[in-house]
Amino acid sequence: MAHETLITLSLAILLLPLAGFVLLIFFGRRLPRQGDWLGTGLITVSFALAVTVLVQKLTQYHDETLGLSFSWINFHDVPLVGPLKLVLGVQVDNLAAIMLCVVTLVSMLVHLFSIGYMRGDVRYSRYFAYLGLFSFSMLEIVLADNLFLLYVGWELVGICSYLLIGHWYEKKSASNAAIKAFITNRVGDFGFLIGMLTLYATFHTFNLRELFEGIQRLPGDGQGWLTAAGVLIFCGAIGKSAQFPLHVWLPDAMEGPTPVSALIHAATMVAAGVYLVARTFPLMTGDALMVIAYIGAITAFIAATIAIVQNDIKKVLAYSTISQLGYMIMSMGVGGYTGGFFHLTTHAMFKAGLFLGSGSVIHAMHHALHRQNDHHTDAQDIRSMGGLKARMPVTFWTFVVFTLAISGVPLTSGFLSKDEILAGTLAFAGLTGHALIPVIGFLVAGLTAFYMFRVVILTFLGEPADAGRMEHVHESPAVMTIPLVILAALSLCFVFSLNPVDASGSWIARAVERPATVVPSVLAGPGAQEFEEGVRHFHWTAMALSLTVAGMGILAAFMTYSWKKINADAIAAALRPVHTFLLNKWYFDELYNGVLVRGLLGATVVLRWFDNTVVDGIVNGAGLVTRGVSFVSGRFDHYVIDGLVNLTAWVSGAFGLLFRKTQTGRVQTYVVLALFSVMIFYFIFRLG
Amino acid sequence: MGALEHVWGEFASWLPHVQLAHFLIVSALLFAFGLYAIITRRNAILLLMGVELVLNAANLNLVAFSHYKMLSLDGQAAAIFVIILAAAEAAIALAIVLNIFHRFQTVNVDEISSLKE
Amino acid sequence: MQLFDVVFYLFALVTIVSAGIVVFSRNVIYAAFSLLFTLFGVAALYVMLQADFLAVTQVLIYVGGILVLMLFGLMLTSRVVSVDIKGSSVQTAPALILVALVAGSLAGIFYSTWKSVPAASSAAVTTTPLLGTLLMTTYLLPFEVASVILLVTLLGAAFIARRKRKA
Repeated sequence: MAHETLITLSLAILLLPLAGFVLLIFFGRRLPRQGDWLGTGLITVSFALAVTVLVQKLTQYHDETLGLSFSWINFHDVPLVGPLKLVLGVQVDNLAAIMLCVVTLVSMLVHLFSIGYMRGDVRYSRYFAYLGLFSFSMLEIVLADNLFLLYVGWELVGICSYLLIGHWYEKKSASNAAIKAFITNRVGDFGFLIGMLTLYATFHTFNLRELFEGIQRLPGDGQGWLTAAGVLIFCGAIGKSAQFPLHVWLPDAMEGPTPVSALIHAATMVAAGVYLVARTFPLMTGDALMVIAYIGAITAFIAATIAIVQNDIKKVLAYSTISQLGYMIMSMGVGGYTGGFFHLTTHAMFKAGLFLGSGSVIHAMHHALHRQNDHHTDAQDIRSMGGLKARMPVTFWTFVVFTLAISGVPLTSGFLSKDEILAGTLAFAGLTGHALIPVIGFLVAGLTAFYMFRVVILTFLGEPADAGRMEHVHESPAVMTIPLVILAALSLCFVFSLNPVDASGSWIARAVERPATVVPSVLAGPGAQEFEEGVRHFHWTAMALSLTVAGMGILAAFMTYSWKKINADAIAAALRPVHTFLLNKWYFDELYNGVLVRGLLGATVVLRWFDNTVVDGIVNGAGLVTRGVSFVSGRFDHYVIDGLVNLTAWVSGAFGLLFRKTQTGRVQTYVVLALFSVMIFYFIFRLG
Repeated sequence: MGALEHVWGEFASWLPHVQLAHFLIVSALLFAFGLYAIITRRNAILLLMGVELVLNAANLNLVAFSHYKMLSLDGQAAAIFVIILAAAEAAIALAIVLNIFHRFQTVNVDEISSLKE
Repeated sequence: MQLFDVVFYLFALVTIVSAGIVVFSRNVIYAAFSLLFTLFGVAALYVMLQADFLAVTQVLIYVGGILVLMLFGLMLTSRVVSVDIKGSSVQTAPALILVALVAGSLAGIFYSTWKSVPAASSAAVTTTPLLGTLLMTTYLLPFEVASVILLVTLLGAAFIARRKRKA
């Protein structure tokens, strides 16, 4: 297949979901079945094309980057700025090709699942339209070859996230969650924008390749600003991938429909942050990467600790997502480019599977509670579940596969990817001496295994919380279970690597190689060469350790919740302050609310005072001045002007009265007057 | 008789010799008096007397000029006409005054001012 | 000449004083009779100016006609029943000012302009035939017109003053 054909197919992959969005938004309600087949069909075609592209790319153009660009805006000379040029385009390298498949696959499966899950929903066609728009936006992020186009896609996915989280906007908590997600993202995006513009100001281009070339040509010293630029760009990833401290929106985003959570908040949008770090990896200095690694590690730890005490199944999965994203970011930070991206791919599969599985469970629970006329019990609370294994086998077994994957049990894809990451952290610790990171990494691995198996046990195993409820629970329809099966199959290790214990020779490891850094060597972190050696060195150590901690986690879970050897409630009571702290999510929301929200509200009070007193005072003052002036003017008009007019009239009247006296009606008066006149004339002529 | 003539001569030389101007001044005074009567008198007939005085003054003026060779005899002729017209006018005026008396029961000119504003 | 001057002053005084009484008297009868003396004084002055015909005419017509007519008028129009046949005057102040102005101006003109003019010959000529001739020749038209005026006056006065019949 020719070079140009691949580009054309990539563009088709990008634009088909957009077409779906446009059609569904305008005509959705008039189509039969409100057009769900249209959205699903288009994304399926996209997926088929994506697979084609991937296969072609890996077989024929394995080490090349294919691209297409055009100049959109070209102002040759703007005063004070200089030449202003915007060149847009797409690029398809291995990273992009794999992401295309991941995004379209998960999107397709979510479309399919939603046909069953969202049946009878009040805004059915609009939901599918937004799914299409989201797919388009995510694909744009994947295919962009310049930061500008990437930023456009970045913001678009933010909008779609807002629209989809707030799908049931009649519920106040849902609309609040949507706003929270958008605003928190925005905070991160602001940093991203600053970083982007810093780079533009220096190199006058957004194009990634040109940026890398430009950075490479920089002199060796005085480039400390590169660290700042890198960290600022990473801020976008902090927001989008729900890293500490901007992780607070993701748990609230669970207010949206579960398929949305699967698509956006598990598999794709949150992965965009990791993708961004991968794309801009060459321009990250060593210090920037250090920051990234630590933030990832901290995030992973915080989220894992919160997850172990949550009772809402979706909340557990949300915190699990945050934790796993922390893993990916941490991996990127330590230099484990391949491992981080690998985990992104595998995580997309099994996390989507976990969410869809939980969706299936929630769907069944809703149905059962509705039959019982029970409107109080929370359908998502794992404490009201139990023993669902018997009634929902497909859901159960697929869910188990996903759980094994996330816990890093051998023969799953998750095992391989997590292994890579942990080996990378050990290598990093060996190279730089930052030993805290691997410690956190392994600790979190253990916690992950623990809380995931807790969920499995409480949801599917054991005795049902309410026997009557169990009567009404049944397996979900095929449209919902088929995606689960597909994802479970993809969560097995063989998809990625034929060697179940070592993925370094797999197709994905060869396809996604860590790019060379372009920053001056004095600022760069540990090189790729040394890193690879470290990874190989620590490979078996990491595997042994990870298996150990995973096993301990699983064992702890069974002992506490299945065999009831350890009393969870007693521990919770004994460590009450710790338990409360974790249950309240480390009080992040309360902290932000108190400092930021209250602070802003306080500022608004001040501003309102200012507006009411000063500004309105000025306005009222102006009004009063006008009134005063008009009062004076009125008085002036009344007394002076009218006075003058009246005076004139009075003078006329007075003269009239005066001259009326000449009209005596007596001849003698007239004679006198006439004679006076004559005498006057005489004197004038005599004297003149 | 010599002393009488002497005194008479003394007295006579005091007075300026009568010239034209003297007659004219007399006529001016008569005219002034007549005018005053016209303007001032309330009784209509007394007003007419003033008119007669004025006319007489004019006549005197004419005759004086005539005598002092300024107007030959034309002055006297004019004076005759003035007298004629004065008579005619007096007749008519008195007829009118009698009419007014019938109408207003008074001949005070300021009481017959129906045209007053 | 001196006699002439004295006589002149005498008659001038009579004339002016009588005129003053005519004008200033509050008693209308006094005023009327003073007018008699004034007219007579003027006639005397005519004589001194050698206008003998005119003097006689003056006495005949003025005194005999007009004055009598005025007396008739006065008698007929005054409330003789009531004792006060008084005449009062109005707007004396402005009248005095005005008259003084007029008199002063006139006197000033006369005295300054025509003070010294040679006297006429004192030959006593009777002016009657001369006047007659003048009337018939040069002043024929005014003469005829004057007759017409007199006729009209006669008719008019008779008509105006007739006794109105109550309709």
